Amino acid sequence: MTEHPRLAPRTPVTGRVGDSVQRPDAVLKVKGDFPYSSDLQVEGMLWGATVRSPHPYARIGSIDASEALASPGVRAVLTHEDVPGRKVYGLEIPDQPVLAFDVARYWGEAVALVAADSPEEARRAAHKVQVDYQVLVPLTDPELALTPDAPSLHEGGNVTRQVRIRHGDQNARAEVVVTGEYEIGMQDQAPLGPESGLAIPDGQGGVDLYIATQWLHIDRDQLAECLALSREKVRLTLAGVGGAFGAREDLSMQAHACMLALRTGRPVKIAYSRPESFVGHVHRHPGRLRYEHGATRDGKLVYVKARILLDGGAYASSSTAVIANACCFAVGPYECPNATIDGWVVYTNNPPCGAMRGFGSVQNCYAHEAQMDKLAAALSMDPVELRIRNAMKTGSSMVTGQVVEGPVPVADLLRRVRDVALPPATTSDPVDLTEMPGGVSNTTHGEGVKRGVGYAVGFKNIGYSEGFNDYSTARVRLSVVGGRPRVEVHTASAEVGQGLVTVQAQIAGTELGVSDVVVLDADTAVGSAGSSSASRQTYVTGGAVKAACEAVRERVLSLAQSEMGGLSADAGDGRRLENDAIVSADGAVVVHLATLLGEEVIEETREFHPRRTAPLDPETGQADAHLQYAFAAHRAVVDVDTELGLVKVVELATAQDVGKAINPQAVEGQLEGGAAQGLGLALMEEIQVKDGVIRNASFTDYLLPTILDMPPLRMQILELGDPHSPYGLKGVGEPPTISSGPAIVAAIRAATGRPLSRAPVRPHDIVDTSPLPS
Amino acid sequence: MKIACTVNGRARTVDGAWEGESLLSVLRDRMQLPGSKNACEQGECGSCSVYMDGVLVCACLVLGGQANDRTIVTIEGLATGTALHAVQQAFVEAGAVQCGFCTPGLVVATHDLLARFPEPSVMQIREALAGNICRCTGYAKIIDAVQLAARRIAVDEHSAR
Ligand code: FES
Ligand code: FES
Repeated sequence: MTEHPRLAPRTPVTGRVGDSVQRPDAVLKVKGDFPYSSDLQVEGMLWGATVRSPHPYARIGSIDASEALASPGVRAVLTHEDVPGRKVYGLEIPDQPVLAFDVARYWGEAVALVAADSPEEARRAAHKVQVDYQVLVPLTDPELALTPDAPSLHEGGNVTRQVRIRHGDQNARAEVVVTGEYEIGMQDQAPLGPESGLAIPDGQGGVDLYIATQWLHIDRDQLAECLALSREKVRLTLAGVGGAFGAREDLSMQAHACMLALRTGRPVKIAYSRPESFVGHVHRHPGRLRYEHGATRDGKLVYVKARILLDGGAYASSSTAVIANACCFAVGPYECPNATIDGWVVYTNNPPCGAMRGFGSVQNCYAHEAQMDKLAAALSMDPVELRIRNAMKTGSSMVTGQVVEGPVPVADLLRRVRDVALPPATTSDPVDLTEMPGGVSNTTHGEGVKRGVGYAVGFKNIGYSEGFNDYSTARVRLSVVGGRPRVEVHTASAEVGQGLVTVQAQIAGTELGVSDVVVLDADTAVGSAGSSSASRQTYVTGGAVKAACEAVRERVLSLAQSEMGGLSADAGDGRRLENDAIVSADGAVVVHLATLLGEEVIEETREFHPRRTAPLDPETGQADAHLQYAFAAHRAVVDVDTELGLVKVVELATAQDVGKAINPQAVEGQLEGGAAQGLGLALMEEIQVKDGVIRNASFTDYLLPTILDMPPLRMQILELGDPHSPYGLKGVGEPPTISSGPAIVAAIRAATGRPLSRAPVRPHDIVDTSPLPS
Repeated sequence: MKIACTVNGRARTVDGAWEGESLLSVLRDRMQLPGSKNACEQGECGSCSVYMDGVLVCACLVLGGQANDRTIVTIEGLATGTALHAVQQAFVEAGAVQCGFCTPGLVVATHDLLARFPEPSVMQIREALAGNICRCTGYAKIIDAVQLAARRIAVDEHSAR
């Protein structure tokens, strides 16, 4: 029998919905004992390495593997000719080659694979694979990609998707008009754990893959196609995931490891280095956004016109959904009777872009919030007041025509962040350098430093939209172990760090009143849970766990009724499960579950389908396209060294409605971590792409916020309860990443008077030699 | 090449490492000590932090050969017995662990910080941990964890007196 890798032992969790339950995996993680995908090892394992295109666009001629095959330790070299099934994959459009054939369309695209006895031998042999490239001129300007004379990178042209929204009067006119053009850079998710996994052939033509991913079943389905295997022969188990943030939605090394394992008959591990990780996953779409806002003199929005162009790079990934979000949420959470929104996402020879936390709502938030500030200035109004005057409320209509139900606390969130006491000015004497922009680098003692305060509010959809059949599956099993009832929860939902392990256990603990709940490893032995994206898992997999628990509870209660019905005529409807027992309405124990069940095992599997959404009308973009909306607001206070262009974020304040905090401590962690990623895009995070080549594919050159960059975050978490979702919860993960960055840029604008129409803001955007606008 | 060193109190020898191999690879791939993480292998993220002869180092920046005859302590060697070290316990309780990939490095770096500054100010914490990147938490709960650990250790030492 093949050896399988050691996974994390299962730790029982005790806790209810609303408790700050500690993660069962945290103890392993602090000891270094938690097995991440990159830690897996089995006897006789080979290591895979990937040969990648050094050109952003090139025709591929012959590939000569002979030298690589002859180098020490090498067991196999594979190219596109060795892909057993469909040669392409993709989340929405299968357009990305498993291994490039005919052409390579981006710098770093996978072209060939090597398996060798050690990682170093594999890497060295990869350099010896000779690929005959005929270099082509890359198409790197998304505006150019839109023009008819641009070379077509894919069959059907360069427009991956166009979205049109026509809402209200298309000829509306307004007394006050402001326009702006905005540019957003390409952000990297930079999950700390690079892509990795271990494929183990089963000796009968199938394969087991231990993998860090966001959605096991979509990986499996794509792998089955590409490997020409039935789905049963491709089994996936979630290995420890070192963060995701959208970077693990697409396949990276999954198919490669499986191909090498099936070819060599040996377990194969692939683990990317950091530079490889930068080309191994998709990024946040860079965007160019042109806006026109029209308003009445008293500050009511009359219309918004927007033209949004996103660069999708070489392959489609989830671009079609990202552009839909960018357009649906283009106006921000404001009432706007008339809107004309046009969005395009195009193919270029730049790095492919796809999902990242915030998913289309981040780029547009920079634009609509800058526009609101401009409008406030044009009207001589307070920017928060202007936002409040236009804020969506319950029953407001989206520009897609969808009426927003449930609590819509946009004005309340803005008031709350505004009313937090401002931090004191940094005036210590002598100056504390650590409080200055530039810190202990000793760049200023306060001269040239100006303070600014900025606001932003944003929103986005929770769950999959536009008619997608979004659902999750949960299997819940109740049995007696060691004299005590135990619940096992089995789903395929990917714990990527967000805390799903406690959420699932808390829901089961609440519904079944059992204090010993174990969440089993996520794998494809149970039905799909959908993706750990779109802030949807607590809602959708949480809903599935709840439904399965309800089914188990029903069986427990009817078992009790049939076994002891005569004994407890008074129990009636009020019976519930609590403290490992069935208790009556007044809390008295009717029977202990251990006694009732004995040897019996009760197991139920349920799917949870939230209400269906509808596709956008292709001409007007009108539809009830989204399941749930989540809102957050931020206020940023910054100190800017106006001479050097250095920024210190002094404080962030946020307010967010989470509906119901299932695990309050984990919710706080999402608000804090999400704000840090927003700060990153506002101030420092940008993949520098020149002529299609990434110039900063490392943590030395791609800057991430450190503990020195993150200010204190003042949080107000509202639990207003959504009428449709389980426990009234709302998705939590993404809203913190949407408005945090725009608030910071607004604060820098307030401090400097500079227009700052791009993110990230660079020092030379702040320190400009041209005269200030009057 | 051959490397002989003491790791977490045990004499260890590996044979067959190549000359350019980092201490991090030696620990992870040859000594079955994968607790130290490899998020950048460039000295930028601190996820590989270990002690070498009592000094905090990035294992990715140390050659395996340089560890010869040295004493290494990794994340796997911080706790004694089954109980967690106070720093580890504080990270668990404060909610400072999400995906946890940064955690081993941060725990070792915090252990080192508290050995030098038992009652660090927030600014000292920020300066000391500035070389440790965490992508998930936004650092707030990491600061909480360090302060919690510092308080616990102070109380323990006080009661030990
Ligand atoms: S892996 Fe050593 S510092 Fe990042
Ligand atoms: S917890 Fe994920 S990187 Fe820190």
